[in-house]
Amino acid sequence: MLDFGYPVLTILIAFPLIAACGLFFLRAPQVVRYYTMAVSLIECLLAVPLMGFKLNADFQFVEKLDWVHQWGLQYYLGVDGISILMVLLTIAVLPLCVMCSWTYIGKREKEFHFCLLFMTSAVLGVFCALDLVLFYVFWEAMLIPMYLLIAVWGGDDRKYASLKFFLYTLAGSTLLLAAIVAFRITGGTFSIPDLMQMNFSFRFQFWAFLAMALAFAIKVPMFPFHTWLPAAHVQAPSAGSVILAAVLLKMGTYGFLRFCLPLTPAASHYFAPMMIAISIVSILYGGAIALGQSDIKKLVAYSSVGHMGFVTLGIFLFNQRGVEGALFQMLNHGIVTGALFMMIGAVYERSHSREISKNMGLGKYMPGFMFFWGFMALASFGFPGTNGFVGEILVFIGAFKQSLIVGALIVPGALLAAAYMFRVSLKMAWGKPSSASTWRDLNAREWIYLTIPAVFVLWIGLAPTPFFKLIDPSVNKLLNNFDQRKVAAVETEQPMQTAAAALSGLLAEKE
Amino acid sequence: MNFNITALVPELFFLCMVLALMVQSLGSREWKPPVEKWLPFGACAAFFVTITGFHLHGTMFWDVYKVDLMSQFFKIVITFGFYIVVLNASRQPTLEEGKRADYYMLLGFSTLGLMMLASSVELITIYLALELASYSMYAVIPLRAKDKGAAEAGIKYIMFGAVATALALYGLSYIMATQHTTYIAELMNKSWSFADQPMAVVGLSLFLGGMFFKLALFPFHFWCPDVYQGASNETAAFVATMPKMGAIVVLCRLAVLLKPGLEITTILAVLGALSMTFGNLSALAQTDIKRLLGFSSVAHAGYIMVGLVSGTPEGIGAAAFYGMAYLVMNLLVFWIVSRVASDGRNLKLNDLNGLYKKAPALAFSLAAGAFALVGLPPTMGFMGKFFLITSAWDHGYNWLVITLVVNSAIAIYYYLSLFRHAFTEESAPSQAAPPDNGWFASAGAGMLAAAVLLIGMVPAPLFNFAINAGKTLYGITVTFAGAGH
Repeated sequence: MLDFGYPVLTILIAFPLIAACGLFFLRAPQVVRYYTMAVSLIECLLAVPLMGFKLNADFQFVEKLDWVHQWGLQYYLGVDGISILMVLLTIAVLPLCVMCSWTYIGKREKEFHFCLLFMTSAVLGVFCALDLVLFYVFWEAMLIPMYLLIAVWGGDDRKYASLKFFLYTLAGSTLLLAAIVAFRITGGTFSIPDLMQMNFSFRFQFWAFLAMALAFAIKVPMFPFHTWLPAAHVQAPSAGSVILAAVLLKMGTYGFLRFCLPLTPAASHYFAPMMIAISIVSILYGGAIALGQSDIKKLVAYSSVGHMGFVTLGIFLFNQRGVEGALFQMLNHGIVTGALFMMIGAVYERSHSREISKNMGLGKYMPGFMFFWGFMALASFGFPGTNGFVGEILVFIGAFKQSLIVGALIVPGALLAAAYMFRVSLKMAWGKPSSASTWRDLNAREWIYLTIPAVFVLWIGLAPTPFFKLIDPSVNKLLNNFDQRKVAAVETEQPMQTAAAALSGLLAEKE
Repeated sequence: MNFNITALVPELFFLCMVLALMVQSLGSREWKPPVEKWLPFGACAAFFVTITGFHLHGTMFWDVYKVDLMSQFFKIVITFGFYIVVLNASRQPTLEEGKRADYYMLLGFSTLGLMMLASSVELITIYLALELASYSMYAVIPLRAKDKGAAEAGIKYIMFGAVATALALYGLSYIMATQHTTYIAELMNKSWSFADQPMAVVGLSLFLGGMFFKLALFPFHFWCPDVYQGASNETAAFVATMPKMGAIVVLCRLAVLLKPGLEITTILAVLGALSMTFGNLSALAQTDIKRLLGFSSVAHAGYIMVGLVSGTPEGIGAAAFYGMAYLVMNLLVFWIVSRVASDGRNLKLNDLNGLYKKAPALAFSLAAGAFALVGLPPTMGFMGKFFLITSAWDHGYNWLVITLVVNSAIAIYYYLSLFRHAFTEESAPSQAAPPDNGWFASAGAGMLAAAVLLIGMVPAPLFNFAINAGKTLYGITVTFAGAGH
């Protein structure tokens, strides 16, 4: 049964969780911080064997064990070019989160760091799982620490925000569970690679897609399921916002790539116009709302809705450039928005306010901070030379390839992004300061945790080739598979008629 | 009369223990040692005796009493439950000193009745075992010193119980009159379609009503929240869990009569759906924790129906597994309720505020219990629900499965509030007694929480046991190597 040598993925998933239990034996907050920092750095070292990833489309580092034999459940892990990016991103974000909450968290440090480590484990599990139920287990397990991060260490309105976050995402994922069970009954297995080989009837795909897409759309979040996001982001502590933006939102788009396209290709094809329309609305709506915000954190939160709209748009274009762009944007959004949230946390620690009006004139007092802020702002709206440009331009190419109208519709989205970012940056840099005389510029710790994302911004922006090499085989395989199988299912059945038949069938069953 | 004494070792061991309790309760009040000094060890021994007897099998007493995998599964669960209940009740603050031995004796007799219920395969035997399990309960519920609510709860339980019993007996007479047998094995071969045997179907429905009363399934649940609220926390822990195991095992045995599509199966499915929805919606509005748990148990009774109506061995195995999960999760939560209310008062949600600070181990265990009851992974509650859903999907009641899924989403809100009050609220200074934070409280809670998590992560051995038990009910031979390991 053992199908692996060195279980690198299991170790990556288990280590933070086991190390987190060690926190219970520590007392002093400072010791807790150093301990967690050490754990997160060791986790980065443990990820080194992942460098042995071969540049092809196969699932690698596969581990497979029987879990519940009677039900066909397996402990089945593996990564391909799509998930390895997300795994690396998650691992890289962890030390940054520890650093940015070094002085931010003033109470219950032990529990806070426990939640951080627990969450890292769960999220890594999500990206590595190749068994549907295992995926679901990790997917749900991540809710609890995130709920606590918001509900305990959040802002004044934390109870409302955390409850909304929890109920929204859990309500969505119960439908995902229904879809998972339906896959098992119809396909006879929970193994994702096996299910990828199967052709399901259009009627089945229709419902399975809807159930899964709702769960993922809430997580992304796509308009109109995004309302939990600004509340959660604004109330969460910096590290919570960083993880939320950098990693959790990616779980939704990852779900689209890993499940919707390969398992329900015909339905994905059928629903693509709708998904593209919603993505465009998300881009424009997110940008427009962000433009009107007076709270910096809310602004960045709404900008996330827009940025993630680019990602879902890229995915549902079904062409090479679009999907590559989507993957790049997933990575970029994680780096850039994560860094922006860390900076908002840094400025909040100084001014105790997130209002733009209370944080003006920083150019004079905090030049170091403004340097990074400007840099990340440029990356955020896709200035050439930064990583945002690479991702966005790919999505644009994909969109124009798809249709002129889609391309034309998202151009204002990019302009809006530039507008709100310039607006907030100008005010923060040169606005009339209110009480800035006592502000100190970035300290060494802040320099470190901002320099690391900045390096990645430039690296991806100037030399994206290694990343292309990493993802291209997997994207190719995904799209080839998709093209063959969407045709197969659509040719045999008439989508509209089948949909109507499925609907009437369901109604008849209810009677 | 066929009789195989080795197959009865668990019951006999238990009987001896209950008789010892009886002797002690009749003996002098000054008699030492007190019952709490020895009973936990006895209960623990009973649990292990039952485990070692898991492979026993045989039919006896003119075939009315059958020891098989299903009965052994439930006997293990029931003796485990008794052990935890005894530990939990050993520090009961509202029980008068002179009544302790009597209290445990009554619990013991009730448990013995449940063990016999697990093995009964004939309707009259089931009825007798059920009554043995019930009578003791009628006496135990009002045993809460100086509490008017307890008397009310006791009366409610007796009245509802009597009505349910009468219904069951009435139904039994119909079944006997029309099907001419009371053996489940023979009833399996009869028709249960309403068109063929209308009287028998009515009779079976009424008989099942008696079981539904124990299980607190809608509309037989009205006693449940009031009795939980009125009884002491420790007694409620027993009433909330143990009689349900008896009801579930009988329903598992009777479920082999039910095929998807039969009228009576549909009635069960509808009752299940109503039970989940009604229980969850009512629980949303509760602030008294025991009432909340009472309504939530109505919902859980509905979940179990999902497995029973599927008409497959997997479904019955899933229902049995869920029954076990329900017992462990609920005992865990009641353990914490009993420890937090160290003076025996009824807990409100607000009483949990700041528990993480006052008793971190209890708070953490409460989190595990609450999330297990919601059905979040990686707990046994999730696995149980998952098995139920998978076994029932595509067997004619997909709408019931969807109802279950939607209801789980509703249930999150009130279970989360247990967690929310314990972890995110700060406590106001109050006059109430502080939670019991000793090693006994923490260790017990920690062990149960560990069980909830561990079985959630590695459910295979127990689940194989349950599913094989389900197969034996359908007459599918199970190779013994696969039965427990």
